[in-house]
Amino acid sequence: MKKTVIEFRNFSFKYRAQVQNTLTDINLTIAQGEKILIAGASGSGKSTIGHCINGLIPHYYKGEITGNLFIQGKDAAALEIFDRSKMIGTVLQDSDGQFVGQTVGEDIAFALENDCVGQNEMIPRVSRVSRLVDIEQHLHAAPQDLSGGQKQRVSLAGVLVDNVEILLFDEPLANLDPATGRYAMEMIDDLAHETGATVIIIEHRIEDVLWRPVDRVVLIDEGKIIRDTSPLYVTALSYAGIQLTEGMRLSHPSRIDPETIQEPLSCWYRQEIKEEPAPNRDIVLTLSDVSFSYTADREVLHKISFDIRRNEMTAIVGKNGAGKSTLCKLICGFEKPTDGKIMLAGKDLNGVSIRERADKIGFVMQNPNQMISQIMIRDEVGFTLKLRDMPKDEISDSVNESLQICGLYPFRNWPISALSYGQKKRVTIASILVQKPEIIILDEPTAGQDFRHYTEIMEFLQSLQQRGITILLITHDMHLILEYTKRAVVIADGRLIADDSPARVLTDESIIKPANLKETSLLTLADKAGFEDPFDFVKHFIAADREARHTPCHP
Amino acid sequence: MSSVKMLSYIKRDTPVHNLCGVTKLVVFLAWTIVCMLSYDTRVLLVTLCFSLIIFKLARIRWREVRFVLAFIGFFLLLNDVAIYIFSPEEGVNIYGTRHVLFQFSSRYTVTKEQLFYLFNVTLKYLTVVPVALLFLITTDPSEFAASLSGIGITYRISYAVSITLRYIADIQNDFHNISQAQQARGVDLSKNVSLKKRISGIASIAVPLIFSSLERIDLISNAMDLRGFGKHKIRTWYSARPFKTADYIVLAGMVLFVLVGLYVTFHDGERFFNPFVP
Amino acid sequence: MKLNTRTIVAIGIGAAVFLVLNRFVSIPSGIPNTTINTAYAFLAFLAVLFGPIAGALVGFIDHALTDATAYGSIWWSWVIVSAFVGAIIGLAWKRIDIEKGIFGGKEILTFNIYQIVANAVGWGLLAPVLDIIIYAEPSDKVFLQGAVAGLANIVTIAVIGTIFLAIYAKTRTKTGSLSKES
Repeated sequence: MKKTVIEFRNFSFKYRAQVQNTLTDINLTIAQGEKILIAGASGSGKSTIGHCINGLIPHYYKGEITGNLFIQGKDAAALEIFDRSKMIGTVLQDSDGQFVGQTVGEDIAFALENDCVGQNEMIPRVSRVSRLVDIEQHLHAAPQDLSGGQKQRVSLAGVLVDNVEILLFDEPLANLDPATGRYAMEMIDDLAHETGATVIIIEHRIEDVLWRPVDRVVLIDEGKIIRDTSPLYVTALSYAGIQLTEGMRLSHPSRIDPETIQEPLSCWYRQEIKEEPAPNRDIVLTLSDVSFSYTADREVLHKISFDIRRNEMTAIVGKNGAGKSTLCKLICGFEKPTDGKIMLAGKDLNGVSIRERADKIGFVMQNPNQMISQIMIRDEVGFTLKLRDMPKDEISDSVNESLQICGLYPFRNWPISALSYGQKKRVTIASILVQKPEIIILDEPTAGQDFRHYTEIMEFLQSLQQRGITILLITHDMHLILEYTKRAVVIADGRLIADDSPARVLTDESIIKPANLKETSLLTLADKAGFEDPFDFVKHFIAADREARHTPCHP
Repeated sequence: MSSVKMLSYIKRDTPVHNLCGVTKLVVFLAWTIVCMLSYDTRVLLVTLCFSLIIFKLARIRWREVRFVLAFIGFFLLLNDVAIYIFSPEEGVNIYGTRHVLFQFSSRYTVTKEQLFYLFNVTLKYLTVVPVALLFLITTDPSEFAASLSGIGITYRISYAVSITLRYIADIQNDFHNISQAQQARGVDLSKNVSLKKRISGIASIAVPLIFSSLERIDLISNAMDLRGFGKHKIRTWYSARPFKTADYIVLAGMVLFVLVGLYVTFHDGERFFNPFVP
Repeated sequence: MKLNTRTIVAIGIGAAVFLVLNRFVSIPSGIPNTTINTAYAFLAFLAVLFGPIAGALVGFIDHALTDATAYGSIWWSWVIVSAFVGAIIGLAWKRIDIEKGIFGGKEILTFNIYQIVANAVGWGLLAPVLDIIIYAEPSDKVFLQGAVAGLANIVTIAVIGTIFLAIYAKTRTKTGSLSKES
């Protein structure tokens, strides 16, 4: 039997400021060389387990521990955070926060510097590890010059350099586009094989983690371990009425035995699902041959053209740095196109100021904390009206209306700091809604959100759409595109490479690759079951899922 | 990104660039101290000549510093005018003689002493500039923390400076994004709106910038603790440059320079060089 | 006193924010050549949050870096004054428990007394004296310069610094005291 590296025994934890336990009676044993996924919604306590392992509890987060935790046979209570950093390497979700060095080489060396390792030993060790994660070409690069995926590789190198035996990943996929996320999972897997390290991944994007097999999935809910898993393809299987059993090797679709699923799946697939009629509304926003460059030698966007129809919800997708955000800056007027025309309801926007555009086009930033400047909710929502010198009682009416639409009316006299992240997001949307815009552009509205908050935000956006507001989303979230939008505009390397229905975009190899998107595991499943037209199957799934979501019995 | 250009490190392979950061820091500090203490025209002129020679050695190009030099030139001119307006007889007081060249009004005369004094003030400010520029342009910022620690500052404080240099670009980026989003909500910082609105506008940009940055503090300090920062009394530096023979020579030269400079300045018990006394 | 990692990071990040504020977020006050600069309000805010050592270091690092990157030179006299002002305001840290969310009339008064004293002594006295000693500049000129700079800082910190602290204190409010209204 393999050596046990981590063992929780009747372990409970309560944060100092809280009344209830965040972790209750956890019993978990992790053996050397195992690869496990700890999954759960935010607030489930999965991150708390990570903090207990790496020592941030009790070093930074104070609270009350009962029961025992053993790390490599030693009682964790006797291990300082520094002792643990020799055994456990933690890679945090925010790779900008983790990247403390001014260059790649410096950051990888950080742990060695703290250990007073001399340069003659440090430099060869850094270069060896940088080769391992394939970043040796960039040792002198600054973090600003790296992509999200590269920064994450640096973070990984920074913990590997210490020869740790346990690798702990705290939501490693949150800030990565799908293909980069997939690459990250492959690299983690390969490194684990190469070094024999134990790998613990804390993540709610189960489906993406399972791109490479894991040994176990530990599901946490309300601070307790409940062992179960349901990634997207498993959901499909269950719609089709296939019994999920232990023996089915569900950790990856390519490992499922086709015999067991073909029959029921194709039976389900042949069921009729009614198609919604395609809407035909007037055009609100037109981009024709829009190009943009910051400097003369490099074009960020090249001849982008598309129309947005009233009341549509459209996704603008593409890999990090493809030019999606720049496109939105052009529409909002933060930057001026070097060529081409942007028209709003037939009127050329050239020369129209940011402020004037803001009456028609609202922009919501990814991080609500970067937009909120007032203490009280009412003040924040009414801020823009006050700047426009609207009379007090009119402001009050508009604010109330906007708060009601956003479901924030009961909280109208609260300070913003008392709200959750998702609620803060609504405050920022409410503060844009008071301007009565025709179009709202949202940058990554669901980034880093777990399924519940994500659904909450998206359902809310749908309700706005039903009120007649046109919505443009910048995203690289595949599920979001599939489930909520009817149209995806795909940008890759500054060019528009597709403008089509999400299902078609996500099943077309020639679009997926350059855009750094990822085929969904549904495709793999369709392939496995031997269906001729995978696109049709995906469409079928989406329609079924949409229906299921709108029937109240669905969880 | 419309980021404002800051003076910064320019990578090159020259004898000045290849010096250890500690050496450059010590030279920079000693140099500025001499320039602050001395008011001796001869010392200041020689110092200025030396720094121009080093400028040449470091192969810094005119266009790389043109902008900042023009800026400083303008600032110094303004300062001279201000000094003259406030105290047209300052030079006379310092040098003890009075050679009038011409007169504007009863209060404002132009004396040789005043002109010489203004020349010295300008020179004194100016002498520091090339060395400071040299230091900035030839020192790799990632070596800077190691250098601070090399002159005896605790590595904890040195690392704080390194963090500043690391995150300026990120925070500048945040600032641009926040500012654009707030402008889209109607924030106007120009003179077109009332002062009260300008203040509330400025707060609407500063507040999100500050509070989202405060959130980073806990995150970064946790990341550093998890990787063993602060474990020992000392730490080593990946990007420190080793001390070489050239460094010893430069440091020895610097000591000599400081001693001679201070001797020439103070040997007569006076920090001003006075050409007016016969 | 040993600085813990959190304070070190606060100094580093604080200095970076200060630099950005100093460079971009200042507005004309209506008086020629005088801008309302949020950077010093932020320095005061940070000093109250993290104490005198952090205040002094942020003041020092910032002024030195701002001078160096903008003018290609460092005026040590004013750099020292910035550090001094940061340190003195930082002394208020012991008297104001901002982390508990308490920032009422008494705390506002305490904060402003500290900042007024710090600025008055720093810019009104220390800066001109250092300028006279080092640069032999005329005393009328430097005292007037110091007084203008000090006054501008006092007003800015009194308005914007107090706002920053009040907002921060509010973010510490406990959710338990709130209830939904229909």
